[in-house]
This record gives sequence, structure tokens and C-alpha cells, in this order.
Amino acid sequence: MKTLTHYLLVSAAVLAPTTVFAQDTVRYWMWDGQQAPVYQQCANDFEAMNSDIHIEITQTGWDQYWTNLTTSFISGDAPDVFVNHLMRLPEFAANQMIEDLTPLLAKASYDTSGYLPGLLENWSKDGAVYGLPKDWATVAVAYDRDKLKAAGLAPSDLADMTWNPENGGSFQKIIAHLTVDTNGKRGDEEGFDPNSVATFGLVLNPLSPQGETEWAYLAASTGWRFIDEPWSTHYNFDDPRLAKSLTWIRDLARVHHLMPTVEQTGRLGAETLMFSDKGAMTVTGSWLVGLYHQSKPSVAFAPIPAGPEGRKTMFNGLADSIWTGSPVKDAAWKWVQYLGSDACQATVAKAGVVFPAQQDQIETTVKAFEEKGVDVSAFTKVATSETTFAPPITDYGNEISSIVKAALEKVMLGQQKPEEILTNANEEVNSLF
Amino acid sequence: MTGRSADKSVNADKGSGLFGNRLRRKEALTGYLFILPALIGLIAFFAFPTIRAAQISLTNWNLMRPAHWIGFDNYGKLWADGKFWDSMQITLLYVIYNIPLQTALGLIIAVLADRLAKSVLFRAVIIAPYLISNVVAGLVWLLMLDPLIGLTNAFLTGIGIPPQSFLSSPDQALISVAGISIWRHVGFTALLFYAGLQSIPRDLYEAARLDGASESAMFRMITLPLLRPVMVFVLVTSVVGSFQVFDVIAVTTQGGPANSTRAVLWYIYENAFQFSRMGYASAMSMVLFVFLILVTLLQMRLLRADSSDLG
Repeated sequence: MKTLTHYLLVSAAVLAPTTVFAQDTVRYWMWDGQQAPVYQQCANDFEAMNSDIHIEITQTGWDQYWTNLTTSFISGDAPDVFVNHLMRLPEFAANQMIEDLTPLLAKASYDTSGYLPGLLENWSKDGAVYGLPKDWATVAVAYDRDKLKAAGLAPSDLADMTWNPENGGSFQKIIAHLTVDTNGKRGDEEGFDPNSVATFGLVLNPLSPQGETEWAYLAASTGWRFIDEPWSTHYNFDDPRLAKSLTWIRDLARVHHLMPTVEQTGRLGAETLMFSDKGAMTVTGSWLVGLYHQSKPSVAFAPIPAGPEGRKTMFNGLADSIWTGSPVKDAAWKWVQYLGSDACQATVAKAGVVFPAQQDQIETTVKAFEEKGVDVSAFTKVATSETTFAPPITDYGNEISSIVKAALEKVMLGQQKPEEILTNANEEVNSLF
Repeated sequence: MTGRSADKSVNADKGSGLFGNRLRRKEALTGYLFILPALIGLIAFFAFPTIRAAQISLTNWNLMRPAHWIGFDNYGKLWADGKFWDSMQITLLYVIYNIPLQTALGLIIAVLADRLAKSVLFRAVIIAPYLISNVVAGLVWLLMLDPLIGLTNAFLTGIGIPPQSFLSSPDQALISVAGISIWRHVGFTALLFYAGLQSIPRDLYEAARLDGASESAMFRMITLPLLRPVMVFVLVTSVVGSFQVFDVIAVTTQGGPANSTRAVLWYIYENAFQFSRMGYASAMSMVLFVFLILVTLLQMRLLRADSSDLG
């Protein structure tokens, strides 16, 4: 009897704290390593106000992120809240993997008017909202200040670059001038050796299917768009304006030798080439400003060139989505609200790693970057409705990516006429719907 | 002496009586206990997933919604899927690039190690790449083979050879992937051959030498035939492994450029985890599974795996 009493007392003592401090754990997944510490700060602040909720952040690389997420849906072990990308939105929404936040937004009288125009719309379909916008991104030209100076150019020379698919405009002239061969001759000089280039005027990542930092800003500046309306079932890859834009990029490498060919670029990409002084300029997304600042402080940013229809950047934005199978939905919703709140958005803004989705945080973010010595006006300047276009949001995102990636590689390899490759790819893409 | 008589009594007992049966049962039980861990592994990690994959291949499961039975539709679709057959062709080409060179190099290294270098250090160096995972090997080579900043091109240009594209060119990518795989596996192949060489009785060579046989004749008439069981093992495992090339491709080329390295396992992975077509991916896996069984049976038959030349 004495033993039993003893046992009961011990059990009670062990159980007591857990009963009193019962916590819901909200598991939160993200892929950006640079942002993880900032959101950990948000989580700490949130926990301080909500002692009954614990936020567990897991960060995995982009390549593994989506496979892990999909398999976790099957095993019933998915994160309660996760950072979502527009490319995966249609699939997750159609399969009811992510919660429609509309009733929750209505119940909480959540104010969505502070978001930059277009961001919330990207995450909505037929009146349902599948994620609360957390940030936005535009693209800009990243250039090496030292190389610019060595070429006798000033940052102001890059402020108003023009481009057209016929002769590349002033953008191509600057690229040529920044290209240097191993004998020190520039790309626009007599005697330039195209077979022995030491620094290329422009380096680009291998062409990605969405082309955010490689080709979409050029093609879009001719008036071309991926699709005519969100959730369309028809793509426009067969548009001659796209073929012309891509032909210009191909020839910049294969004919003019002012940019590495696809065979030369390798999979390490534009950043590595910039870091290793193989490139004088590239085009980059605002999410990489922090990386350049850390790894190559001589890099500064200029606005993308204006094409026949002006400057056009993809306006992409991530959102926080709630898994429909989450056992702690109430806590998850609280956390999502906090992520979108002024408090957390201000924390993100002050960290200066990415632009938060709330309009009134832009200034704080710009200041935070300025304090680090980085001028990000090239990115903010184009964050207007006139100078942006939405990423393609349709079903079959990954299948389309796979088809288009191979087609773009063929174009860049010069295997066939770009028009033919793109028309075939477009037929294959549109036959998916 | 006593051992021999004990053997006899056991043998005598085996055929008859209660004691013999019990002993046989005991022996059998011990046998089963020995293979039990492997058996559990085989059932849990091979048999069960295979049956499950066969089951899934008859459905339209997309990982997120409940699966629906669609009979043999996936197999019908597979038959008409040009990309699947392209990927099989690429895989076959990869096997052709990979296996002969890897086997020949492995054999040469083993013979050299057997004849010339007895040092443990030499063997350790040879086996070292095999101790690295495919992913790490892929990453290291991705950096080394980078066309603009890689060490390999720096070396090539240093000795007057023009820089190559390696993994970035559709003509060289598959060969480069095969090269990485050969680099990683050749040491292990050599080690297997080396072990096989050790088991060949030395007196055969002495007798051959007395008969005036040359080194190359001894290699053809003694070494090669007597290495056959090892050769069967090496070829069967490396051919099957080669058909399943995935990790190096996933790290270095992801099926590109222009689909030139889209081997069958990468295509299966794309369908399963990127396009969420698990049913279709499982059907492809089943076809690959049956195909590999046939390839293995053919190899065993051709190489007379069940007989030995060492009379």
C-alpha cells in the first residue's frame, strides 16, 4: 500500500507540470536558410505572448523541401503551417491539402488591405484564399562595381538601360563593354578574342522554366505573357515575341560570346560565376540581395532594362499555408495571423533579408538594407502594377516545368529553330489540360 | 580420430529414428535463425514494397487523394509513352558506357595489385572512392567538372587540351555521369576480383610456367576462367546497379541538358514525386523490375553461373 501511494504521488508529480503547461506544438517548414533566423525571432516573440503554443521551425533546402512535403502529406505527418510557392498552389488546393482561409479571415475580421496589390489575389481562387502573403520579390541587374569602374562606366550608366530583341539596345552595348578577354581586350573592341573570355559581361543561371531571373523580364518587356489570365488552361510559349527574346539570349552567348553558353555555365549558376569573377553582371531576385552582400560586397544593383513596352519584372510572393490535416488548426491559424501581423512583418523588415508583404514595411526594409550599405531601390522601383506581371499560376505546374526546361535547353544549345522547339513544347504543354 | 567417428555416428543417425529427426529439425531451426535478420529485411524492405508497388501500379494514386483502381491503364499508357522508352534507351547506353570499362579497369587493377603491389595502402587507396556516398561523389565532381571554374578544365587547358563541357553538354553529360560512377565503383570491383584472384591455387601458375606458358596465356587460360564466379557476381550486381542509376544524376544533371541524362529511374522519380503520378511511376518500376530479372537470368545463363572450372 505504501508503495502504491508512493507510486501515485510520483506519477502525480510527473504529470502535474504537463497538465498545467500543456502546449500545442505548431510545426512550421520553410526552405530559405537566410530567413530562418528571422522567423525564429518571430516565433520567440509569438511564444512569449502565447505560452500555450510552441513553434517548431524546420528548414530544408529547396530541392528536398517539396519531396519531403509531399511524402509528409501521405504519412499524415505534414507541417501544420508551411511556406508555400505559387507553383505548387494549384495542386495543393485541388487535392485539398491546404486550408481555405476565407472563413477564418472573416471570423477574425482580418485586415488584408495592407498587402501590396496583387499579392493576395495570387493566392486566391474562386473566392477561396489558400495562403496569407508573407513577402514579395522583384528582379534587378546585379553588377560588380569594381568591374564597372575598370570599364570606365558609372552606376548612372546602368540606371536607364534599354533593350530590344533585335539589337539588344544599350543593355547589349554595356554587356559588350564589360566583357574582357584574357588579353584585356573588351567585347566591343577590335581584336577581342571570343574564344578566350576572362570575364563575361553578363552571366545568367541555366534557363529555368519560369525564367524569373533569366529571360521572363525580357520576354515580358515585349508584351509577351505566359498565360492570358490566372488559372488559364492555355500557355503562349509559341508566341513569336518569346522566340525572338530567347534567340537574342542564345546569340548573346553563341554568336557574340558576351555571355557563357549553356555548355559553359554548368549547374553552379550565375551566383558562383559572379563570386569567382567570371561575370560582371547578372540578373538576380531580391531574395538574393543578402547572399550577395555577404559573399560579394562589391556587387550593387541597377534596374532591369526597359524593353519595347517598358520594364517588366515578375512579381512573385510566398505565402503561409495551413495543412488541412493539422491537429492543431487553431494554434496554426494564430501563428499564421502573427506571421502576417505588423509585429512579425516589422521584425522581417528590420532584418533586411526580404521584402515583407505589407506595403507600409517597404520603407523599414529599404532602411535596414541601407544600414548594411546596400541600395535596393532597383527592386522597389519596379514593384508597381505597371512594371510587374504575375507568375503563371495553372494546374500541372511541375509537368509544364519539365517540358519547358528541356525546350529552353534545346533553344540555348542551338539544336533547332527556337520557333519550332517552342511551338512543339507549347503543344505538349497545352495538351496536358 | 574421435571427430571422424562422431561424424559417422551423426551421419548414421541422420537417416533414421527419433533422434535424427529432432537433430535435423534443430539444424533447420538454427539455419532459419541465422537467416532470420536477412529474411526480415528482405520482407520489410523488398518483398512488401514490391507487392505494394504492384498494387499501386493498378491505381491512379496521386499521393494526396485516395487511390482508384484503374486496372492496367498505366501499363497501356506506358507502352505508348515515348519518354519512357527514351529513358530506357538512355539507361541502356549508360550501362554500355559504364560496365565494360568499369569491369576491365577493375580487373586490371586487381591483377596489378595481385602481382605487383602487395601493400595494404594501395588497396586502401583503390577502395577509398567507394567509401564516399554517391551524392558526395556527385557533388565533388560537379565542382571539379564545372566548365568555367572547375579544376578539370584548368588542368586540361594547362596541358594544351581545349576545355570541355562535361555535364553541361548533351553529348558529354551521360559519359561524364558514367565516368563519375566508374571512378566511384572501380575500387570495389577491383577488390572483389582481387579476392577472387587470391583463391586461385598458385600451383596452377607454377605448372603452367613449367610448361612454358606466357603471362598473357596464363591470364586467358587460368585467371579468367577461374575468376568466373566472381565475374558473375560483379557483372550481375553492377549491371543491375547501373540500370538503377539515380543519385549521381539527381545531384549533377537532373536529367538534363535537354533530357540527355533522363535515365529511367530519374523519369520514375519525376513522375512519382514531381508530377504526383505514383500509380504511373509504380507501373514503370514494375516493368523495370521484370526487365532486370530477365537481364539477370540471361547473364546467369550466359556465364554458366552455377558451374565452376576449378575441378
